[in-house]
Amino acid sequence: MGVVSENAGARDFGSLVLEDRVHTSLYTDPQIFEVEVDRIFKSTWVWVAHESEVPGPNTFRSSWVGTQPVIVTRDKADKIHVLLNRCRHRASSVCEKKQGKTSVFVCPYHGWSYDMNGALRKVPYADGYAEDFDKSRFGLVSLRTESYNGMIFATFNDDIMPLADYLGPARKWIDLFMKQGAGFGVTTLGEHKFRFPGNWKIQLENTTDSYHFPIVHKTFLDSLDTETENLMDLIGSGGWVEDLGNGHSVAVMMPDLIDLEENLDAPIPERFADLAAELAAEGRDDLDVRRIVRAVGGGGFNLNMFPNIACSMAFFRVLRPIAVNETEIRHVAIGMKGGPAAANRMRMRLHEHFQGPMGFGTPDDAEGWERVQRGAQAGDDVYIMLNRGVAAPEGGPEPGHNAGDASSEVGMRAAYQMWKRMMTA
Amino acid sequence: MSAVIEKAPVITLEEAARLIWREAELLDRHQYKPWLKLWTAGGLYIIPADVAAVDYAEVLNIAYDDGPMREMRVKRLLSGFSMSSAPPARTVRTLSRFVEGEAAGAQAIALRAAMIIVEYKYDRTRVLAADVDYRIVREAGELRIDRKVVTFINADDFLHGIGYLL
Repeated sequence: MGVVSENAGARDFGSLVLEDRVHTSLYTDPQIFEVEVDRIFKSTWVWVAHESEVPGPNTFRSSWVGTQPVIVTRDKADKIHVLLNRCRHRASSVCEKKQGKTSVFVCPYHGWSYDMNGALRKVPYADGYAEDFDKSRFGLVSLRTESYNGMIFATFNDDIMPLADYLGPARKWIDLFMKQGAGFGVTTLGEHKFRFPGNWKIQLENTTDSYHFPIVHKTFLDSLDTETENLMDLIGSGGWVEDLGNGHSVAVMMPDLIDLEENLDAPIPERFADLAAELAAEGRDDLDVRRIVRAVGGGGFNLNMFPNIACSMAFFRVLRPIAVNETEIRHVAIGMKGGPAAANRMRMRLHEHFQGPMGFGTPDDAEGWERVQRGAQAGDDVYIMLNRGVAAPEGGPEPGHNAGDASSEVGMRAAYQMWKRMMTA
Repeated sequence: MSAVIEKAPVITLEEAARLIWREAELLDRHQYKPWLKLWTAGGLYIIPADVAAVDYAEVLNIAYDDGPMREMRVKRLLSGFSMSSAPPARTVRTLSRFVEGEAAGAQAIALRAAMIIVEYKYDRTRVLAADVDYRIVREAGELRIDRKVVTFINADDFLHGIGYLL
């Protein structure tokens, strides 16, 4: 996109976001969507991949920055690049594979070839170009790219602050989240991809919404053993929601599972007894078994990073805006890089249990979000209410951070205030 | 080895197709409890997320259900508390283009079928297409599903929430 409709840019978007509510047109107005793509998705750091998805030299995976298709590559010198997936000649996409290994992208139309760092390598029948044709000016368009703890982000905005600053206090939570690698390091284990007919911000809100969990996910909770069901009392476990700045927030749902390297002497939950026995039989010592088992269960919080990525308990939740009323979600499973096969198998089975188009949780979420979009067609001046919340428990949130109780809508308010800043900048 | 070769009753394609069509009818009518009874105790119901997967236990799937998971899934879908399945989309499915594969044993038949499902909910109609691999066995005189793998042609691309059984 890049060029927004006449008049759209001049609109007063700020008035649509109040302290405790936002106007419904944020879900439904195509012109607002067009400006969001430009002022948000083209203006800030957008998550594109985890480093394990480009595991070695000359590997790649396809992704998106906002609505634009990109290729995340690792070149032969081990450097990561994010390149627009279009030939510089006449725009054909140069890569239609999701993931793989190659040392060159060849455009299928006229055969222009590119190195993994984006440099234009060869042009067939080059003598048909004038002498001043300069190959160095026609590499794949390369975006500014930075990583934090394995998470790769890219941006169209060369003037934005460094990624580490943009993430700010969210970094602490990313580091905690990555403890699910149990000392092996984190690797992706595959993903579920689905779309719902609704606005992207409905999904953004959901990641920091513990309020819906016991209602929407009753059938998931009913499918658990009693011990796990009690653990999943996300509202009543003493958690909180904390504003981390720049639209990021963390929803702590199970405070006992914030740091997976703590409480290793706690009894092993019944549902992991067989796994623990299997790991012990492999000759692992008791502490290792406990560390791995605790990691398999996943973390106790959702870290929501504006605008498109969450570290959500035990997986990455990635959103991609398609249209004002269409959003694509990827739930990327993670496990232990080179870790015990039995443990990673269990991670995958747990992921399948809740996530994906036929999980015990996701279809109900997707249906709920679709219902929001359908309902939002009614009421010209009725607002989306984000006023829920009482005080956070003592000793939970970082002093000085805006925070509320576990089912408060603090995280959503934080995201919308960021939305307002970006849309009115 | 016994000198007497036991003459096993072969499962015919027609018998297997009849079971598959009965199953399809049960699923379109959301008759999930009788559907559970069509399975062997050790049967696996698999919906891959990767069209090229071979060893499904070692990769992430959309569903990888043994008997207890199937029971829980049916309980969930019939509970009335899952908004994606209360009510579920209406579906009409057809299975055809049966191709016989290598069966593991005389009391079993392996089949691959084409499945087209049309679903309807909320003003819209969607079409889903899949290859379905069956392993059907005879147990105590009755045909049972021992393995069913439903591979959508777009299994590795985006899908939408599915609030019914395939």
